[in-house]
Amino acid sequence: MPAKLAISYHEVTKSFGSLTAVDGVSLDIADGEFLAIVGGSGSGKTTLLRLANRLIEADGGTITVEGEDVRNVDPVALRRRIGYVFQSGGLFPHLSVADNIGITPKLLGEPAAAIAGRVDELLELVQLDRASHRDRLPEALSGGQRQRVGVARALAAKPRIVLMDEPFGALDPLTRDALGEDFRDLHRKLGLTSVMITHDMTEAILLADRIAVMRGGRLLAQGTAAELSSSSDDYVLELLRTPRRQVERLNTLLPKSGAA
Amino acid sequence: MSLFTDPRWGEALSHLADYLGNHVRVSLAALALGLAVSLPLAILTRNRPAPRGILLALASIVQTVPGLALLALFYPLLLLAASVTLAWFGVSFSAFGFLPAMLALALYSMLPVLRNGITGLNGIDPALIEAAKGVGMTARQSLVMVELPLALPVMMAGIRTAAVWVIGTATLSTPIGQTSLGNYIFAGLQTQNWVFVLFGCLASALLALAVDQLLGLIESGLRHRSRLRSGLGAAGIAALVAATLVPTMGRSSSGYVVGAKTFAEQYVLSALMRDRLQAAGLSATARSGLGSSVIFEALKAGDIDLCVDYSGTLWANQLHRTDIKPRAELVAELKTELAKQNITLLGELGFENAYALVMPRKRAEALGIRTITDLAAHASTLSIAGDYEFFSRPEWAALQKAYGLQFRAQRQMQPDFMYAAVASGEVDVIAGYTSDGLIAKYDLVTLDDPKHAIPPYDAILLLAPKRAGDEQLKTALQPLLGKIDIATMREANLRASGNDANSSPDAVAKWLWEKVGKR
Ligand SMILES: Nc1ncnc2c1ncn2[C@@H]1O[C@H](COP(=O)(O)OP(=O)(O)OP(=O)(O)O)[C@@H](O)[C@H]1O
Ligand SMILES: [Mg+2]
Repeated sequence: MPAKLAISYHEVTKSFGSLTAVDGVSLDIADGEFLAIVGGSGSGKTTLLRLANRLIEADGGTITVEGEDVRNVDPVALRRRIGYVFQSGGLFPHLSVADNIGITPKLLGEPAAAIAGRVDELLELVQLDRASHRDRLPEALSGGQRQRVGVARALAAKPRIVLMDEPFGALDPLTRDALGEDFRDLHRKLGLTSVMITHDMTEAILLADRIAVMRGGRLLAQGTAAELSSSSDDYVLELLRTPRRQVERLNTLLPKSGAA
Repeated sequence: MSLFTDPRWGEALSHLADYLGNHVRVSLAALALGLAVSLPLAILTRNRPAPRGILLALASIVQTVPGLALLALFYPLLLLAASVTLAWFGVSFSAFGFLPAMLALALYSMLPVLRNGITGLNGIDPALIEAAKGVGMTARQSLVMVELPLALPVMMAGIRTAAVWVIGTATLSTPIGQTSLGNYIFAGLQTQNWVFVLFGCLASALLALAVDQLLGLIESGLRHRSRLRSGLGAAGIAALVAATLVPTMGRSSSGYVVGAKTFAEQYVLSALMRDRLQAAGLSATARSGLGSSVIFEALKAGDIDLCVDYSGTLWANQLHRTDIKPRAELVAELKTELAKQNITLLGELGFENAYALVMPRKRAEALGIRTITDLAAHASTLSIAGDYEFFSRPEWAALQKAYGLQFRAQRQMQPDFMYAAVASGEVDVIAGYTSDGLIAKYDLVTLDDPKHAIPPYDAILLLAPKRAGDEQLKTALQPLLGKIDIATMREANLRASGNDANSSPDAVAKWLWEKVGKR
């Protein structure tokens, strides 16, 4: 029997005018899974993600979240129970780090003291020093710190599902790697279902359980890295060639660690 | 005398509580009303380009109407509204003073508030509005928690601009009967009292600056989430409002209100009448600087109790008559006609303040001009100046018709500058006033009107309908009737046009009473 589904897309279509941004996509995301969505710019990744918490509405097909058709769920309630990390960070510039993180619990009417405690916990979880960061405005943070706050905010209302739109984009490779690993640990520790959009196939292979490949609004392929490598689609193979080439070049250029 | 030791500063200061209080009240009420209308409109239209465009266009059109005209327009508009509510609902309201001023100023405040409100709300990064939705905010929460705070600096800038505009423009509400710091400016301009003009300008500039700073304090408090700062700013504004309410509460509203138009003679006569009423133990205040068309309506509506007007003016403007009668006959007929509107024509003061065509004596002699008929032969090479209403008055049409006058150029001028302008040759002829003291001062002559195109302009004392049976009032005013001859009034007017302490309307009124009281 297949695992319980966190999110399920069934023949979902979304157009903007004459442009079909998402074109008949069917995709199941199992409970507890870490899925990466990979694809070129404009391939429909963000659109697919926004459909799940009804930031936009589908034109056709069905989307279910934890078994319920999203059309039957109040969109505001739906968004409050799904964590969302925005492509551009999306932190509110007029609110402190603590107020940004605590916003969804506040909207849910949780008491201030409980929220304050939760904010401290989350700052620790995303490894930001709470004394020095709590009361800062987003403008006073580095790019990497902002991404961490974005992740903390998405987790604040204890969601079971987290959607992340290029959460680690625009970061230096070291920070990006560290943040990715940190999130992978959180995902496991909290038992989350995580969906992450990325341009970077290497990142997808390293972090996710499964990878979905988008192109021109269509879902080209989905599966583990190993499954994808046996795909017959040229574009998918092309995407996988890049990390392979990188590994080969690195192996020839870098002395093996542990060698005397 | 040094500018700083001039006693008129003291006199100016004695009016400050009244003028400033009224100024603050009407400005802040207008601003509050303007905000209450504009802010919701800015919010409602933020995602609707079509109504937004229409709204901004309308507000821009309002802004292009000069402040004085906008204020003046509201008076007849409200008069009409008041007569409609009276006919339909049996209730009426005063179309005079506070209400028209407040409404016009509120309208005036809308453009900057709307424009900045809309700009501020539309300038927000759409990614942030999406984020607000994404974290689970309703549309309303997004507005209150994200959009408004982010638009706040731009919106506040608009509110501050509106506040400064309204406080400045409120000085123009004097002619429609709203006391304001403009009373200093209007009175000062008319009586050549530069201390008053300066004082009025300084006071309104300081007030605008203070309100701007208080609003800035509120803004910075909101932005930095400092309750202290926004609290201090709000307390400052509240204190300003509270301070202006104190003088009103102390003043009785049962007193007589003496109206005066916007020129020196009227300031002096209203001060004289007020003094007479007070001497008779009646409480009285002067409401001066009223527009010429406003004052008669205000009298009719009972917003003022008494005023001095001129027979020819009412003959033409109220009765729409173009025929001309001898002085006494015209007054008698006017009295009967006004009585039909329940207005009492108590009597003539004794002098005439007629329009007359005026030239420098030497120039007139050189050209051989003694009468308007003589003038007509030279008119095509000459220029004429008149006050703001002269060229649209029936007298001007009558003069043109009777004498075939065609001037090379015609200009409108502030009445007090006309005499100097004609004396210096800047214009050749002016439509002056026969009772003006400057005619003698500048050695000017009034040209004869052999065809009697200009009607007589006896100064007459009028009482509001509600004072028709007020014997106490009539007795108090009786000593003035028939006592003020043209020479005395000219001298009084000349004194009033001086620029020193003895030239204030109050001082001249005292001098005038000393001269005529014993007659
Ligand atoms: N609100 C919208 N209105 C019109 N077109 C849109 C809208 N949102 C997205 N699109 C279009 O839909 C297509 C898919 O956009 P989407 O944002 O899903 O791409 P993406 O895969 O996330 O790209 P990127 O990697 O650059 O973020 C693009 O061609 C985009 O221009
Ligand atoms: Mg995207």
